[in-house]
Amino acid sequence: MLAFAREDSIVPWSARLMLYTFTMSKDWKSERERWENETVAPFIDRRPERRDPFETFSGADIERLYTPEHVEQEPAESGFPGEFPYLRGPYPTMYRARPWTMRQIAGYGRPEDTNDRLRYLIAAGQTGISIDFDMPTLMGYDSDNSMSFGEVGREGVAFDHVEDLAGVLDGINIGEISVSMTINPTAWAMLAKLLVVAEERGIPWSSLAGTTQADIVKEFIAQKEWIFPVEPSMRLLRDMITFGATNLPRWNPVNVSGYHAREAGATAVQEVAFTLAAGITYSEHAIATGMPFDEFAPRLSFYFISHSDFLEEIAKFRAARRLWARIARERFGAQKPESMRLRFHCQTSGSALTAPQPLNNVVRGSLQALAAVLGGAQSLHVSGMDEALAIPSEEAMKVALRTQQIILEESGVANTIDPLGGSYAIEAMTDRIEREAKELIDEIDEREGTVACIESGWFQQEIADSAYRFQLAKEAGDRVVVGVNAYREDDPGVLPFELHRVAPDTEERKIAELQELRASRDQDEVDRRLGELVAVAQTEANIMPATIEAVRARATTGEIVESLRAVFGTYMETAVF
Amino acid sequence: MAKIGLDGHDRGVKVVARALRDAGMEIIYTGLHRRPEEVVRIAIDEDVDVIGVSVLSGAHMHIFPRVIELLDAEDAREDITIIGGGTILPEDIDALHEMGIHKVMGVDTPLQEIVDTINEAVAAKRAAQ
Repeated sequence: MLAFAREDSIVPWSARLMLYTFTMSKDWKSERERWENETVAPFIDRRPERRDPFETFSGADIERLYTPEHVEQEPAESGFPGEFPYLRGPYPTMYRARPWTMRQIAGYGRPEDTNDRLRYLIAAGQTGISIDFDMPTLMGYDSDNSMSFGEVGREGVAFDHVEDLAGVLDGINIGEISVSMTINPTAWAMLAKLLVVAEERGIPWSSLAGTTQADIVKEFIAQKEWIFPVEPSMRLLRDMITFGATNLPRWNPVNVSGYHAREAGATAVQEVAFTLAAGITYSEHAIATGMPFDEFAPRLSFYFISHSDFLEEIAKFRAARRLWARIARERFGAQKPESMRLRFHCQTSGSALTAPQPLNNVVRGSLQALAAVLGGAQSLHVSGMDEALAIPSEEAMKVALRTQQIILEESGVANTIDPLGGSYAIEAMTDRIEREAKELIDEIDEREGTVACIESGWFQQEIADSAYRFQLAKEAGDRVVVGVNAYREDDPGVLPFELHRVAPDTEERKIAELQELRASRDQDEVDRRLGELVAVAQTEANIMPATIEAVRARATTGEIVESLRAVFGTYMETAVF
Repeated sequence: MAKIGLDGHDRGVKVVARALRDAGMEIIYTGLHRRPEEVVRIAIDEDVDVIGVSVLSGAHMHIFPRVIELLDAEDAREDITIIGGGTILPEDIDALHEMGIHKVMGVDTPLQEIVDTINEAVAAKRAAQ
């Protein structure tokens, strides 16, 4: 019995050789066309397909069937996990040794409210923390500024000075758990605050692990949180990168992000291209200070969305890894493996969530999270089932965390590396996304690079065009969203869960606390440190040390930003639609 | 079309602005991060029929009352229809309609419905004048 079960014992050598020759030389294109004509066409006559043509979520054509003819790159171009070009994974063992970091974001109300949520998530098994700040903090306004009215503590934690960060992190050992902070134009000042908190707790900077998002390019093109004009904003980030390379061996100073461009309407290809183009421009700015690529590049980290189209998203993550590896090696002459391997955080799409029939969002989050894991993410946030309605509740975040735990512990997909590698469809889509993203990066180069493309509004127009095309397709019924333009229910019924509410007195209490701090600190010291900061800003010296001194003196984010506005100016966008 | 406050979500407002333009309307888009005072000033100077305000930050219950207050102060409530859009809870939508916002659209409202709402509101207002 055993002998018959073994293929090589029953197929003669000559036949095996013929089979091999046929497989390798077989003209897949003509064979597929034969199949289309002989088998598919008569079948379609009887039963037409659901759509014509089929497209990915990003609007790319998708084939009926993928065969080796569609795979553009040789299998040898895939390499192995932990080796160039890192297509199959940035690490040799991936989740078999170290699962992705489960990092649900928290941020609302006053610092103690956010601290409660973080501790709750850690107790529920979360392995990293992630903090969202309110809009005034992101934009550099203190809670008592008139621009902050109505927004204090609403979309993130209300925040003004270093004591607030100490409050958010109260009882959390930042020497052990990694800390991610979603903060951009004011990122450099927030990093300074974290360093002061660590110092005052006796935790060495060298043990701090985590990420400041700090990606200013995607702010100008997509998320639209900005303060200073493009070049001074790039300088602040450059200073974070070079300061980090020297002082913070475990810190990712920037999380180069595609998430926001995608949510603003970009396609998967645009997401990859714009993100890597931003990575290129940050690298060029750092190199211009005289620091070699290999010194800072290992700490560059990336951030992509996991959107609705399962296969396209998996292919996108893989394509981004291989394309960055090639850019690092070919464009920047990277020598170290760590400089070429792209590591990324992933968040499931907020805009894919629906207000009607909100429990369906749990399913959406699961599928998108699964795509992130199959795509090899290093860190993951699953958006809450209630996010189309409000800031996520504790329960929504627990379900999101459990989703991740079920994928890791029960589904089995984390037990082998890049399990979809070798699928004709996945490999063909990976190749296509890499090729098209590369072409788009070439176009950005021809348009004189990322900064020029921001200033001319090119990125913004590209994204607005994609968003409009998408909306028209959705309304034409070409894109079904369950519960929204199909399978609707007239009676919305009762919400199946409680929504999170921000305490109505948050703003008033935060402002009172801020005024207390201002009254209790040494104002002369604050003024002196802010003066020194302004002086450094006028030179090309690194901004971080002077910012740390100002933070230590209890200068607020708003005060630091206002001092620098006098030097750097304010960004004004020419809006395009 | 206006974005008020620090909210940077401009995908929706830009898609709607383009759809309204394609439907033959003249559109002024303020860009991001405007104060209510600026928006009302622009609206009066440009003699608009409708102000559309997009809010996805959750600050709508602060922003809309302020816009109404400022239009009242300019005695322009009768001339300018206010519509809203964004991520807004059903109970807040009811409250906004009660305080005088003509119509609040959600993120899933079809573009044609927005076009029709504005055309009907403007036609009704002109017929009454």
